[in-house]
Amino acid sequence: MAETTTAIAEPTRRDFLFIATGAAAAVGGASLVWPFIQSMTPDAATVAAGAPVEVDLTPIAEGQIVKVFWRGKLIFVRHRTPAEIKAAEDVNVATLRDPQPDSARVKPGHAPWLIVYGNCTHLGCVPLGQQGEYKGWFCPCHGSVFDTSGRVRGGPAPINLPIPPYNFVSDTKIVIGQGATA
Amino acid sequence: MSQHSSTYVPKSAFGKWFESRLPIAGLIHSSFIVYPVPRNINYFWTFGAILSFMLASQILTGVFLAMYYTPHASLAFQSVEHIMRDVNFGWLIRYMHANGASMFFVAVYVHIFRGLYYGSYKAPREILWILGVIIYGLMMATAFMGYVLPWGQMSFWGATVITNILAAIPVVGDTIQSLLWGGYSVGNPTLNRFFSIHYLLPFMIAGVVILHIWALHVPGQNNPTGVPIKSDKDTVPFTPFATIKDLFATAVFMILFAWFVFYIPNYLGHADNYVPANPSVTPAHIVPEWYFLPFYAILRAIPDKLGGVIAMFASIAVLAFLPWLDTSKVRSTSYRPLYKQFFWILVADTLLLGWLGAKPPEGWYVIVSQIATAYYFIHFLVILPLLGFIERPLPLPNSILESVLGQKGGAGLPAGANAEPQSKG
Repeated sequence: MAETTTAIAEPTRRDFLFIATGAAAAVGGASLVWPFIQSMTPDAATVAAGAPVEVDLTPIAEGQIVKVFWRGKLIFVRHRTPAEIKAAEDVNVATLRDPQPDSARVKPGHAPWLIVYGNCTHLGCVPLGQQGEYKGWFCPCHGSVFDTSGRVRGGPAPINLPIPPYNFVSDTKIVIGQGATA
Repeated sequence: MSQHSSTYVPKSAFGKWFESRLPIAGLIHSSFIVYPVPRNINYFWTFGAILSFMLASQILTGVFLAMYYTPHASLAFQSVEHIMRDVNFGWLIRYMHANGASMFFVAVYVHIFRGLYYGSYKAPREILWILGVIIYGLMMATAFMGYVLPWGQMSFWGATVITNILAAIPVVGDTIQSLLWGGYSVGNPTLNRFFSIHYLLPFMIAGVVILHIWALHVPGQNNPTGVPIKSDKDTVPFTPFATIKDLFATAVFMILFAWFVFYIPNYLGHADNYVPANPSVTPAHIVPEWYFLPFYAILRAIPDKLGGVIAMFASIAVLAFLPWLDTSKVRSTSYRPLYKQFFWILVADTLLLGWLGAKPPEGWYVIVSQIATAYYFIHFLVILPLLGFIERPLPLPNSILESVLGQKGGAGLPAGANAEPQSKG
């Protein structure tokens, strides 16, 4: 009995084994959790279905907004009228909640084409086109207002409608999702 | 389930043999037969039993629905219609399940406000109360995921809005959202895992309910006077008194439940949820189920995404801190003349928030939502802590028995008893 009381002062081989076993169990437990969490991330089929999509712009008339899907996400392809482009360009950028000039939201030389994600940046509802104070979009769920450049101008949305990754492959065709990470 | 020693004596030889190996009959006997309950508890104390019944009802109907339901984005809506039209009595089981969720929340709100009125959260019942807040949180998660399963328009857009709320959490928000979605947006993997978790959570609720009852049976039940049990004369045995009263109240509650199921089964639902989910169109007016409306109003009242999310979660989390926010030592509101007024203002404020949650977020609705939200937090964080110091409570009865017999004057209450304010005693 006297031996066990003195053993407290100095670490013994038993203490080492106890800590080493505990550490091995902790690492083992964490390794076991990993595959379960990973199983909840997007699977291979979902990733494959997220390949880039082509959109032909020829049938989209001036003033029209077309909805397309990429990776299950709604995307607005808007063929803007000259008046809408002018309205978007004539804004004092410094007054915006998420300051971005219109030129940064379209591809150079393709000002009529605005391509933005179609879910409100507040809580993901689909805003209604050509409505609201700036005739861009108006979200019916919580009242966010967007202009003809998809920039937030009022309501609870924190940022502008984001621009998906896309490229013009010709003047009348875009590819959405090229170069996007999986 | 309690530390009270069991007085149960098995009669048969088999009973003795069994009891010495697994003393479950003795546990039931001491917890639900001879267990002493205050003799003055009113019908608000029957909602625990009603909630147990609703949990059992939801699990039973849910297990049967799962036999016919298909958790797949392209088949879920059809399978629900299949349940409604083809499965024998499928309509009944589904309406019981859908309206049962609402009845569950009706009962839990009565149960919560009962606790608020009679100070059932105060020492020594803090853990009991916090377990209740946890059950309430689990109930909300279960109800939300269950509403997604029919995969109608409200299901889809409700799931979209709520999962986007979680994305507002700094640093880990996007990861949580991705793990909930299992894809790049709300889709089939989301539906699959919501079904799995919706099936899991009720059993977790049942587990926490057992802890809740355990924590209840340690200090015993509170009562309308808030005065603790002092002698055997203050109590009656659980069976038959509480058992019969609970059964009667449950039967009455079932009349309300049956009225919804058989006469107005879609009254609390939304017509939009009979339209299949369509990710390209949002319903004109997204509203959550009625039991979430006060919190939805708080979410929308704050003109900032993260701020709104924080306020919404805080409005529920603040309940867990109630035992320490309320500084008054007097439990029952019957003896707190000032708090009684603020209690009813809080009830009105919560109902107002619920009404505002169903309104479109525009014009003066937004301003009133902001005022009502501010008041909700002021009640818990300012009024409640201060009242304990300001308020002069009414004299408490000496015992439960005395309050029941309506003893006044004489030996019951010496004049000096009023001299000492009960606020800090």
